[in-house]
Amino acid sequence: MSADALAVPAPADLRFHPLRDSVTMLRRNLRRMLRYPSMTVMLVGMPVVFLLLFVYVFGGTLGAGLGGPVHGGAVAGRAAYANYVAPAIILMTVTATVQGTAISIAMDMTEGIVARFRTMHIARVSVLTGHVLGSLIQAMFSLAIVTGVALLVGFRPTAGLGGWLATAGFLMVVTFALVWLSVALGQVSRSVETASNLPMPLVLLPFLGSGFVPTDSMPAGLRWFAEYQPFTPIIETLRGLLMDKPIGNNGWIALAWCAVIALGGYVWSKRLFNRESSQ
Amino acid sequence: MTFNQSRPAISATGLRKSFGDQVVLDGLDLDVRRGTVFSLLGANGAGKTTTVKILSTLIRADAGDVHVAGHDLAREPDAVRAAIGVTGQFSAVDNLLTGEENLLLMAALHHLGREEGRRRAAQLLDRFDLTEAGRKPASTYSGGMRRRLDLAMTLVGSPQVIFLDEPTTGLDPRSRRNMWQIIRDLVAGGVTVFLTTQYLEEADELADRIAVLDHGRVVAEGTAEELKRRIPGGHVRLRFADSQGLDAAMRVLGGQASRESDALALRVPSDGSLRALKTLIGRLDDRAVEVDELSVHTPDLDDVFLALTGAPTNEKVTPR
Repeated sequence: MSADALAVPAPADLRFHPLRDSVTMLRRNLRRMLRYPSMTVMLVGMPVVFLLLFVYVFGGTLGAGLGGPVHGGAVAGRAAYANYVAPAIILMTVTATVQGTAISIAMDMTEGIVARFRTMHIARVSVLTGHVLGSLIQAMFSLAIVTGVALLVGFRPTAGLGGWLATAGFLMVVTFALVWLSVALGQVSRSVETASNLPMPLVLLPFLGSGFVPTDSMPAGLRWFAEYQPFTPIIETLRGLLMDKPIGNNGWIALAWCAVIALGGYVWSKRLFNRESSQ
Repeated sequence: MTFNQSRPAISATGLRKSFGDQVVLDGLDLDVRRGTVFSLLGANGAGKTTTVKILSTLIRADAGDVHVAGHDLAREPDAVRAAIGVTGQFSAVDNLLTGEENLLLMAALHHLGREEGRRRAAQLLDRFDLTEAGRKPASTYSGGMRRRLDLAMTLVGSPQVIFLDEPTTGLDPRSRRNMWQIIRDLVAGGVTVFLTTQYLEEADELADRIAVLDHGRVVAEGTAEELKRRIPGGHVRLRFADSQGLDAAMRVLGGQASRESDALALRVPSDGSLRALKTLIGRLDDRAVEVDELSVHTPDLDDVFLALTGAPTNEKVTPR
């Protein structure tokens, strides 16, 4: 009689629920972040350490080299440099967060749970969107802390409410783009160690742009690279928005870069996720 | 209705899979009836896990026609996924979540309501003896608890067909027996279980039908009894204190007995019945042959497995 019950398979509802599944996966990822707080602490700690290092150790000297009217020696230089470097540090917070994304994706892939998800009738993309949404929330949290510390050590933005809102929106766009790239990097890694190293260039790129020193102080070849790499317009846009200065074309160039990176990362991620496990 | 009943839970014909130039599955045919336990038996590397991965939609076959729960694997993988549950060789639990949270995650992904999800999770925790551990993170679980949680997660969606890939590998004997009982209960509830194992005892205990997999092919299939009958492995082993005893026995038994290569022992084919033993002992006793030790061997699945898969140890077993 149990065979009778089985004979007619229940008319299964085969519709997908990508939104509902994404929210489920987001809740899973937020819970994992809470259970594994050392990662979040590390992700917030790194930009804070860099901020303190650059403001208090290098700031006096670098500030004097910024050009412009700097009077009053190292103290004034430090104050000027705090304003100059803060947007780069804020961007570094984003890259640190997406490094965390790559690590947690790789952790997922090396554990069996993703294989389970693949054999379940769920909207597959939700495994990835859960991470993306989780990272966006984590980035907002980290950005609030890092910006707070920057304000404490002398960052004096002149943006009004509109400027702050635009900054927040812009940072979300940048994070969204870099997170998708990082989701792909996390999947392409065969181990958690690789996953923590692969996004390293993202952390370094602000240095090879206008993040820490103006590009016109660099030698010709490096300067060319610095001016054309995506992080420079992103930093210049952040700087413009926060310091209430004109941003010129940088805003559009930055958004275009974000669109390209987001789309590329998304397509690459989806392909990687749908590829067969090779074992 | 009768048509549906006779329709198999899993059917595969000509299943092939290669990784590079390494052929893993070489024309596999399977037929699993609904509501039964089907065991795929094979050594490491025989292709068991690859078979499970293909049947559970994780990887695609190179060739072959497969239906799982009445759905074509290649054309309707989503319908197959909705009907199956998989508990793989490596535990598929979220270590940072508690046992209960893992089950609630599955409930949410199966779109059960909040209340129903909680009820189902509590039910499964109770059934798998995990209620006490339910609020602890899965990373603190023992191997046996982790397997139980893994299987409980598979059951949240009430699958019709369950794949268990070496569910008891690495478990202690008590946990293994617990797992066996769980599997029996599942089948009693009408579920079809596709079980891979390298333990012959496990297949013997659980499976309605067994297929022996070797180098990507099914080399034998049938019930445990049928498989055992295929191997004429039943014999009486006689051991002697010295070669004189051995020679004497050889003279008595003539061509019936075969010598074991490395010991003062003889092997006499026998069905192990009392009558046969009595006759044998009588013949030896009549000629006052001194036998040091006598033991009766009935064929078990080990004999079958070793004979069929051509493992090197087989050479010793084959009578000359």
